[in-house]
Amino acid sequence: MIEELSTTEQGELVINIGPQHPSTHGVLHLIITLNGETIRKVEPHLGYIHRSIEKMCESLSYRQFIYVTSRMDYLSSHINNHGCALCVEKGLQIEIPPRAKVIRVLMDELTRMASHQLWWGALAMDVGALTPFFHAFREREAINDIMEETCGARLTMNYIVPGGVMIDLHPDFQHKVQEFITLFRSKIDEYDELVTDNVIFRSRMEGIGYLSKVDAISYGCSGPTARGSGVSCDIRKLYPYEVYEQLKFEEIRATGGDCYARYLVRMGEMRQSLSIIEQLIDNIPEGEFQAKTKAVLKLPKGEFYSRVETARGEFGVYIVSEGGTTPYRIKFRSPGFSNLSALDHMARGHKIGDLVAIMGTLDLVIPDIDR
Amino acid sequence: MDVGDHTRPGAEQFPRPADPFPGEVHPTAGGGIVISKLDEIINWARSNSLWPLVFGTSCCAIEMMSTAAAKYDWSRFGFEVARATPRQADVIVIAGTIVNKMAPVLKRLYDQMADPKYVIAMGACATSGGPFFYNTYSVVKGADHVIPVDVYIAGCPPRPEALLHALITLQEKIRSGATREQIKVEKPSRS
Amino acid sequence: MTKEELKSRLGELLPSATFEEGAEWTTIMVDPSAWKDIARQLRFTPGLDLDYLFCLSCVDWKTHFTMVYHLESTIHRHILVVKAKLDRSDPEIATVSDCWRTAEFHEREAYDLFGVRFTDHPDLRRLFMTEGWNGWPLRKDYEDPVNMIKL
Repeated sequence: MIEELSTTEQGELVINIGPQHPSTHGVLHLIITLNGETIRKVEPHLGYIHRSIEKMCESLSYRQFIYVTSRMDYLSSHINNHGCALCVEKGLQIEIPPRAKVIRVLMDELTRMASHQLWWGALAMDVGALTPFFHAFREREAINDIMEETCGARLTMNYIVPGGVMIDLHPDFQHKVQEFITLFRSKIDEYDELVTDNVIFRSRMEGIGYLSKVDAISYGCSGPTARGSGVSCDIRKLYPYEVYEQLKFEEIRATGGDCYARYLVRMGEMRQSLSIIEQLIDNIPEGEFQAKTKAVLKLPKGEFYSRVETARGEFGVYIVSEGGTTPYRIKFRSPGFSNLSALDHMARGHKIGDLVAIMGTLDLVIPDIDR
Repeated sequence: MDVGDHTRPGAEQFPRPADPFPGEVHPTAGGGIVISKLDEIINWARSNSLWPLVFGTSCCAIEMMSTAAAKYDWSRFGFEVARATPRQADVIVIAGTIVNKMAPVLKRLYDQMADPKYVIAMGACATSGGPFFYNTYSVVKGADHVIPVDVYIAGCPPRPEALLHALITLQEKIRSGATREQIKVEKPSRS
Repeated sequence: MTKEELKSRLGELLPSATFEEGAEWTTIMVDPSAWKDIARQLRFTPGLDLDYLFCLSCVDWKTHFTMVYHLESTIHRHILVVKAKLDRSDPEIATVSDCWRTAEFHEREAYDLFGVRFTDHPDLRRLFMTEGWNGWPLRKDYEDPVNMIKL
């Protein structure tokens, strides 16, 4: 839907992109001011998928509101659930058994890989290459099958609950994940051969959408968007939760600050996730998968905040409780909201095709932004 | 020569097939003729080449993309190219929640599509508001408040097989002449 | 800086701020009329360097609003929570989008959902709701019999 909205006094053109457009990011409405084909200003209009989640959660109990966060950032649904469960556990001050911790981290890392696979396929499709989309979905289906056997759903799984996980792992889980690791090790090299060193891809990514380190921090960017500019912000390293302290993995950072740097950060993260899963899959401790909790949870009066690292950045859950069975106020700090505010700054002076590349490397999921 | 006339002598050597394929040649005493009404051929052609519009608002869009990808390929059934512009699309698959701000956009897209057009409401959110039914101030409780819907799919999100089943149901509906489009045409005009 | 060092440093820098006890991170309560200067001090004082605003929220307590700012320093790795009490009938507070650019969007969201006005904000408009929407949806006394179906 592109229509000319108006012309400014300097003769610049103001046009619409979206809310329905063939990029697979969701419903984002951008109003861009163009001088010829060069962008002068980008103004995002949000709210086309604002489902009033925060208001809805004020009438749901502490066990019920977690399903809704799966649908916010649906590509990292496990990690969102994890953040909520951590916040509720902080309030209740319960310890979860080690088996549950390891299962949670395994599911998180599998979800992170699935999200990055889809990001890779969608980015290549936006830039013009159609084949990587099918490659990405082929590998994603392998992860979806593993999830489906254990959690019961392919996309929005309500598996992580306050106290642990909902049900024990499927007996085939270990074997299937080990198969997947061997499969994916060869595939990720294939991804690099196909896209990373491609001369067309590089010329579309290098030098585009520069975000400096100071700006990244000021705009509140987190996750691979900020790490591509050199900011050290991996919550798994800075404020470790679950078993991340005992694992050996690196925080991938790049100093380029442009689209290609952010791309390389995410490709590196996929490899790191693979190595985390390798370290854990043979050492899942035996024991309980859920701590004993009451059926109806009541948080004490106070405020609780938990932070986790999703595939997009830092996800925060802020619960203000008055002592009842439902939260008084919940605020979800979504990573995409802050990442999007840097889009205007990054896109000025570029062409429309570069805008598509920048949005691809920001990895936006609009329901996460609109909540 | 009317093939349907079984009273003619010798007709029992040429039994009528139970489920005629449109355009199928039926053997008769003097050779073969094609039996079907023009409508059947048109419906068959239309149902096997429905091009969907790229319209995904939230999580169901990922399952729609999975259906388009290699494992649950939907282009085997004729949904070959997903068009980005509504002017060239036949069916709109509403994958995701519709909110108050998005409803006029959906209506506008539907109006821009050319007849004959069909609508599939995918997922619980598009069917009835889904998990966002109670205590929300901005969600439209079902896409059929905005545009008329032909097929509804349950699920949150529905599996790719469920979406394929719905697409095939839509194809059968078109072939049997039961979509809103076709019934509208057959109603007698009041003038 | 540890919690105690941060507390003592803030005590000498901002004599008017009161401390809240028992929270996970250092929490101070400031006067909304002094917020603009305090924000600049928190952002630019060497040693504090709170350059990362990671959450800006508003809580409706039925008699008043509370703005909650979660700040972190990427250099020293300490976290500070700043709260400001606002009058419910006319909630107004200074913008901090000149110190932390992320506040532009966050403050628009608070305006859209609660009706809090931010003075000197470059572009204060509704963000999620449609332009002509009546009312502030996330307030506790928001009634909408047309759209909201109560359980």
